[in-house]
Amino acid sequence: MKFLCVECDQQMTFEERQLPGDGTLAAAFRCPRCGRVVAMLTNPMETQLVASLGVKIGGTTLPPEPLEMVRGMVATGRADAFVEAGPRAGVPGPAWSPEAVERLARVPGFVRGMVKKIYAEYAKDRGIGEITPAIMDRARGELGLEDM
Amino acid sequence: MPLDIRTYHDLTERDRSGLPEQIGAQRRRVAERLAGVHRVVGVMSGKGGVGKSYATAGLARALARRGQRVGVLDADLNGPTVARLLGAADGRLVVEADAVVPASGADGVRLVSMAQLLQAGQPLVFRGPAAETHVWREALEAAALREFLADVAWGMLDLLFVDLPPGIQRLRELADLLPAPPAVLAVTIPTPESEDAVRRALVAARDCGAPCLGVVENMTGGPFAGDAGSTLAREFGVPLLAHIPWHPGPDTWDALAARL
Repeated sequence: MKFLCVECDQQMTFEERQLPGDGTLAAAFRCPRCGRVVAMLTNPMETQLVASLGVKIGGTTLPPEPLEMVRGMVATGRADAFVEAGPRAGVPGPAWSPEAVERLARVPGFVRGMVKKIYAEYAKDRGIGEITPAIMDRARGELGLEDM
Repeated sequence: MPLDIRTYHDLTERDRSGLPEQIGAQRRRVAERLAGVHRVVGVMSGKGGVGKSYATAGLARALARRGQRVGVLDADLNGPTVARLLGAADGRLVVEADAVVPASGADGVRLVSMAQLLQAGQPLVFRGPAAETHVWREALEAAALREFLADVAWGMLDLLFVDLPPGIQRLRELADLLPAPPAVLAVTIPTPESEDAVRRALVAARDCGAPCLGVVENMTGGPFAGDAGSTLAREFGVPLLAHIPWHPGPDTWDALAARL
């Protein structure tokens, strides 16, 4: 998928990706010549289709987690299907405040599992016992996450 | 007057998304993960209920008893049964740095199956919009297959069986994902109806470049009449590897393993 500024006959460059809610994926592109910005909005079905390809519009910022799609997208999965090995083995997971749970619920389903894992590991690595919206904001800033 | 718009390939500026590169990286990840696997064999049939998973489990165990390193990837995501047949349906999967460690089933057969990940008695349901699920569900199942190949530490294996669901779509997905098309083993029961369905599947396998190792006729000598195994083997110029009786013992599977 590419965007062309017809007026300038110039390929537009990726600017930013957002998940504004409601299953929408928004990707903004800017014309490097005239500066015009357009945003492509996908409906939930199209968002799901992009997610199913395992690709990220705008490029990847984090290495893939093992079975990332399966762990994040299967609604009928066992909560205890996986056990961590290595330095995190046996370390209890952090608690989630009700506000953090509510905020997590607004993340689209296709990335919710992965997002939850990222926050949980961030908290574990820093010995944080409870994830709150403030911790989520801090993690976003430190890890360079977008709209999570 | 129509706009003068160039084609996709005419636009050659660097694309930050790099979607083709991301897809390429996925393929490389599959190839790297399977670099230690000597041979991938899809166990297929155009028809359901012929005993593909049963044959996969029996054969995998027999090969393992002969000292081979064997893995089974259960690609029947909606009806996973081979994990139970290998006694590994309830174990948890260990996540290491960048891979999931396969479970160890009967006779040391390594295994990954959706059955290990789903809640008991629950179907495979994906999160996502409730409408038009047919548009995206197949793509998600293909993605799950890709992850089972790329994100599982299969290690060094003499043989990795991929237990395919009925039909031919998953075989095509498998052939797309692997660096080279897999070999296939066709399972049928004796009936003409099974023969017809398996014939279609064998043609599909041939069309996607998957060499057929042979045909296994299952449930021979029971209530099902016909000679589908012999007919298909003759027609496709491949060996009829075994007639599996209704109650096969280890000797049956050992004899089949010796022929592979």
